[in-house]
Amino acid sequence: MSSCRLLLSQLKLWTSGGNKWKRGLNKGTGWSGKAFLSTSSCPKVCIVGSGPAGFYTAQHLIKARQDVEVDIYERLPVPFGLVRFGVAPDHPEVKNVINTFTQTAKHPRCSFYGNVNVGKDVTISELQQAYHAVVLSYGAEGNRRMGIPGEDLPGVYSAKDFVGWYNGLPSCRELNPDLSCETAVILGQGNVALDVARILLSPLDILKKTDITQPALEALAESRVQKVLIVGRRGPMQVACTIKELREMVNLPGTRPEMLAADFEGIPEALKDVARPRKRLTELLLKTALEAPGDKELERRKNATKVWGFRFYRSPTEILSEPNLNRMSGIRLAVNRLEGSGDGAQAVLTGEVEDVSCGLVISSIGYRSLPIDPTVPFDPHRAIVPNSLGRVPQAAGLYCSGWLKTGPTGVIATTMNNSFDTARSLLEDMESGTLDVSPARTGSQVVSRLLEERGVKPVTFSDWEKIDSLETKRGDARGKPREKLLTVEEMLTAART
Amino acid sequence: MALVTAGRRFVQVTLREFSRRSTAAASWGAWRTAERCFSAGTPPLRSDNKVTVNFINRDGEKITVKASPGDSLLDVVINEDLDFDGFGACEGTLACSTCHLIFDEDVYKKLGPVTDEEMDMLDLAYGLTETSRLGCQICLTKSLDGMVARVPESVADIRQSKDGSA
Repeated sequence: MSSCRLLLSQLKLWTSGGNKWKRGLNKGTGWSGKAFLSTSSCPKVCIVGSGPAGFYTAQHLIKARQDVEVDIYERLPVPFGLVRFGVAPDHPEVKNVINTFTQTAKHPRCSFYGNVNVGKDVTISELQQAYHAVVLSYGAEGNRRMGIPGEDLPGVYSAKDFVGWYNGLPSCRELNPDLSCETAVILGQGNVALDVARILLSPLDILKKTDITQPALEALAESRVQKVLIVGRRGPMQVACTIKELREMVNLPGTRPEMLAADFEGIPEALKDVARPRKRLTELLLKTALEAPGDKELERRKNATKVWGFRFYRSPTEILSEPNLNRMSGIRLAVNRLEGSGDGAQAVLTGEVEDVSCGLVISSIGYRSLPIDPTVPFDPHRAIVPNSLGRVPQAAGLYCSGWLKTGPTGVIATTMNNSFDTARSLLEDMESGTLDVSPARTGSQVVSRLLEERGVKPVTFSDWEKIDSLETKRGDARGKPREKLLTVEEMLTAART
Repeated sequence: MALVTAGRRFVQVTLREFSRRSTAAASWGAWRTAERCFSAGTPPLRSDNKVTVNFINRDGEKITVKASPGDSLLDVVINEDLDFDGFGACEGTLACSTCHLIFDEDVYKKLGPVTDEEMDMLDLAYGLTETSRLGCQICLTKSLDGMVARVPESVADIRQSKDGSA
């Protein structure tokens, strides 16, 4: 109990204004109390995964209850999940959330354990024994397959791998995508598809000032891709991207849009009864596709050397290859028509097909969560952990948040709200006694011992800061905000120097 | 102390120290906000030259603070350590919609024009209304003295229908 009192006294720093708290951190007084705190009988929560879902869940728990201790486990030596490995390098402002996550990680009641593969190095049941509650927020690392012939031919990549490659995800380091063709086809019209299109077409001068990896930058410098088609099975009213990303494409220097007017038949009329966000998005599409450009835009388009465009009402049916050539040469698309309208409209095959020749296909039809432990319920159809407001049914003390909870859609703010909701469910269960937090739990102590026995050495948050500072320093030398370390080995070496 | 604002406070203070122009965090959006605020012709601040701002938080409580003309409403939330969970996640760079605020119509009309980029982010906000704005884009002036800004609740069903689309 004495350590709980200590917590309360430290709490003053936390509740009485950012200045003091900040100053404490800046002075480097540190929070050596962490180890001491872990012996207390306060509620202990373990979070699996250190992306936005994990950090936002932790943030809400720590803020809402003054006695909760939160440990975040992460498979990689580096934190922040898709903020580091998913958010496009030319969107640095989105990565500002890292500042808040860092404050959470440095809070005296929060600890980060990187380089721990939950499900392998330590099981979920072991975590459940060590903690009062376990929150699964490890995201969606798999991708949906197209399920068409030729999908595995060289030249066909998943957007997940392609994004991982340019963002320095260690498992995608050796992707080496072949960019020697002129036309690329992206399947899917969500924000990830537009990120990929933008990265393929952006002027190098823009990319070289971002934290894109050096190998990706060099490959893109040699790229011969001139044209990117972004293909969707439904129509302009159903695109999944958000307007910010579309506007970025429309304004991307050195490129001009090329759409098919026929794809927009009937769209202006259908706009009347649509909610504002969809309406504005569709209006921008219509303007880009159909309106005669003004003088300035005309000039810009004339000087453009690269082309992009949406192709609607098309579903991939087969990746084509030259006979005797183990490489793709094109894609066969089935032509669809829509049944119904709005978000619920269904694409129905017309029986017509068309072939598009291209040397690169990137499939961006969605991420998919994977089960990590046989003891955790998993809905293979929806690829989520079944839950009710973040509570996993018939599994007391088990929760989920983020994409594992909802499926892989939404912007960071969506994940933030759904993670806060999960945290609220957990807090309610603590208050109501549904979750019994009275028996003392050992938390990270026992887990650390297990990990040590198994030869696993976790990376702490201050270890990560060593990696961070090395990456920032390497970035400085190249005029980039950061030059990421690309292998787990390099990260571990930097963490332990 | 609002956890969410701690990082931002640091960034914002840093921004101010460098006239908000030279740090890495001063991306286009933040820079532009600053431009807008400066172009309002903010005089040197005197202590009596304050604007009263009333916030209504998610629990319906009214919080009244004094703020300086030229500050954005996001600045005010940070400077006053107002605890609106998750508010201002992208630190005023027009990359999220978490500083969404709702105004009465008469106040809304005084807030000045909305750019396409702000509208784009507002379109992703939960509980969007006809009088919604992003706090990071609202620059305080004396004429806004006594204004009321409501922090919208995040509503589960809106979010779920959003997730279900695609």
